Amino acid sequence: MDVLNLAFVAAVLTSAAPVLYAALGGALCGRAGVFNIALEGQLLCGAFTAVAVGWWSGSPWLGVLAAVVSTAVFSLVLAVGAVAWRADPIIVAVGMNLLALGLTGFVMREALDATGTFAPSGLQGLPDLDALDGVPVLGAVLGRATVLVPLAVVLAVAMSLWLARTSVGLRLRGVGEHPEAATSLGVPVTRYQMATVVLAGALCGLGGAQLSLGTVTAFTENMTAGRGWVAVAAVMLAVNRPLWVLGACLLFGAAEAWGFRLQGIGLPQQLTDAAPYLVTLVVLVLSRVRVRRRLRAADPVAAENAAHPEEIR
Amino acid sequence: MTGSTASGTAHGSAAGAPPAAELRGITKRFGPVLAVDGVDLVLERGTVHAVVGENGAGKSTLMSVLYGLHRPDAGQVLRDGREVRLSSPLDAIAAGLGMVHQNFRLFGSLTVAENVVYRAEPRRFGVLDRRAAERRVEELSARIGLDVDPTARVDTLPLGVRQRVEILKALHRQAEVLILDEPTAVLTPGEVDSLFVVVRRMAEQGTTVALVTHKVREVLEATDRVTVLRDGVVTARLTTAETTAGEVVEAMIGRGLVPAVNPRGAVSGEPVLEVSGVRMPAAPGASRVQDVSLRVSPGEVVGIAGVSGNGQRELVETVVGLRTPEAGTVRLHGRDLGGLGVRERRGLGIAYVPEDRPGVGTAAALSVADNLALGHHRSPPIGRRGRLSPRAARTQAAELVRRLGVKTAGVAVPLSSLSGGNAQKVVLARELHHEAALLVVEQPTQGVDVGAGEEIHRLLLEYRARGGAVLLVSYEISELRALADRVLVMLDGEVAAELDAADATDEVLGAAMVHSAGATGGGER
Repeated sequence: MDVLNLAFVAAVLTSAAPVLYAALGGALCGRAGVFNIALEGQLLCGAFTAVAVGWWSGSPWLGVLAAVVSTAVFSLVLAVGAVAWRADPIIVAVGMNLLALGLTGFVMREALDATGTFAPSGLQGLPDLDALDGVPVLGAVLGRATVLVPLAVVLAVAMSLWLARTSVGLRLRGVGEHPEAATSLGVPVTRYQMATVVLAGALCGLGGAQLSLGTVTAFTENMTAGRGWVAVAAVMLAVNRPLWVLGACLLFGAAEAWGFRLQGIGLPQQLTDAAPYLVTLVVLVLSRVRVRRRLRAADPVAAENAAHPEEIR
Repeated sequence: MTGSTASGTAHGSAAGAPPAAELRGITKRFGPVLAVDGVDLVLERGTVHAVVGENGAGKSTLMSVLYGLHRPDAGQVLRDGREVRLSSPLDAIAAGLGMVHQNFRLFGSLTVAENVVYRAEPRRFGVLDRRAAERRVEELSARIGLDVDPTARVDTLPLGVRQRVEILKALHRQAEVLILDEPTAVLTPGEVDSLFVVVRRMAEQGTTVALVTHKVREVLEATDRVTVLRDGVVTARLTTAETTAGEVVEAMIGRGLVPAVNPRGAVSGEPVLEVSGVRMPAAPGASRVQDVSLRVSPGEVVGIAGVSGNGQRELVETVVGLRTPEAGTVRLHGRDLGGLGVRERRGLGIAYVPEDRPGVGTAAALSVADNLALGHHRSPPIGRRGRLSPRAARTQAAELVRRLGVKTAGVAVPLSSLSGGNAQKVVLARELHHEAALLVVEQPTQGVDVGAGEEIHRLLLEYRARGGAVLLVSYEISELRALADRVLVMLDGEVAAELDAADATDEVLGAAMVHSAGATGGGER
């Protein structure tokens, strides 16, 4: 197989991984009936903690662990605010996104004494999967990636199976779809939802760590640059199905990797940076148009009124 | 395991065992309202027991107490002669009670089997055993003679089948006493009949069924015992075989029923509505309509009968302008309405009472006054040059509420606080206020109690007497017979039969609809 193509696949996977973690977390929340748009802030929280603790402790793995724990704790804001106290999840999440942006910048300035970018010489990134060097295909695709990249793909498949094939997964699906029905059968809805939100936070922590200790080895203010929002778009596009989320995120990763290529042939960076977002926009609009058209043929009244036509089948 | 439990209880019933469930002296108030007052109810094992009464008579409250949804202020709940304390439906499920609510509590995106076993899943090595779940559904459905595909997604199923899923859910949880709350409200006549067959079969197998209803016909057809409630107290305890419809109705409403008089008026003049050759292809979620033609004259009620889903909804939506037909014309007073939208058609004289009252007919969160102003808000006195006059809306609403006798705490309260019958009267008041030449009505008395239903029928007949033309879609044969001058039976998108009201006996209409039920049963798959 062509080495160039395999290198492209590798670039796609590396670009997709942080978004995929966040989107899987978002999909899980969606399945539990909590609309989570705090993914951007959660990713940023994970990225920052990973670098800060990784540098302070000297171990990137401790950085990853800290990212997972801190983002899970950060997610308690959404879990307690939107689930336990029944506040509007959109408002809570907007607050979390702004808080994460402000707080990471502030702590970076005050505690790490850096502005803009924090990339001290002592900071170690996560190691590449050198063990795969020499293995055909796999070595070329994953040899330069961290273990968090293949793990994201594995998690997407595992989550899909878990939702479909375990009783806890079944209960979670029921909780999100019809909480009253789940309650009437004795499933503790609030507990399920809070646990899911915290678990989604842990996933975002992994995504953030991959971004700041895998893709690059640095933390930059607002370094997520909208990846969390792309993840939200992927969740909606996939209607909370993990395997579809995987597909959507790979598409996004491909657009980003393709953008880097275009830079190589001399297109301005600002334009190529926009490629993934442009692709996301086009796909979202197209999917809407298609669903609405199909629905209009079936039920014109519902088609006009439905805010989320893809949920009507 | 389940088999042995079932046979064990069947044995017990032979020798004067205690009743399967019993309520003693139940009293429950909500604030100042006394919902039920010292009610006793005995459900003998293996019987079908009707709990009847008008809306607000306390039957739902009573069943909620039995199912642990409400705790009574006084009184006891007994299961097999032992007192049980039910502080939640979970306790009730554990005590062998099951309930099928009027609004199903099913997960639409899950399969039948997943819905049935939810939270009581068969597992193998910690993994959900789908095949065991599906076998369980098949076994339970075979036991009570149901035909349900365990692998079907619930939101693809008709309401009648969804109800069976609810019943299976209760049986999977070993329910020995099953409460069915207004089970026929959402069913077509064919589905009602098969539900009653299932209920009978369950009773034979030792399950005790409490059937909550306000339809007298169902009481007489499907039950063994009857307890009638009115204003929170028991007004009659009857044995079905020894009672009559009149006796039950009198206990329910405290007086004899005066059926709306339907003097067939002289039909005169040019037709108001002429539909000719309307056709529409079948699409997912919609039925086909094939070459339907009909006319409605002033002073005439034309009824559309048929099992739901045979194109009635699509035909009505074509007339009011919600759908565009593939071919054919709709004329009002001879004027072709093609290309005109809903608002233009209303302006020309079409009023519409849709079947889906909470979704399409009303805005439940808005006040009664606002609901009555909808559709009249662009013309004086309520709307003037784009500005609304809330005062004019309230004045008009107060007048309409008074004239139609809508029971409400005022015109400023949200419509959702009204009972079904009163909400429907609000819709009718709004639509009749047009004094439109044509009134299109779907299922006018669905979810409406007997007394209010009677008044709604009277309002429709008065409208007809003033020279109005009515196109009436109903799945209730008795309603068609009470109101219609002519009846068209729709079958798979076609008009299968056209009958004069005098000829439209239960047998003739029923035969046409049973025939069509077979046809759609094949088509829906």
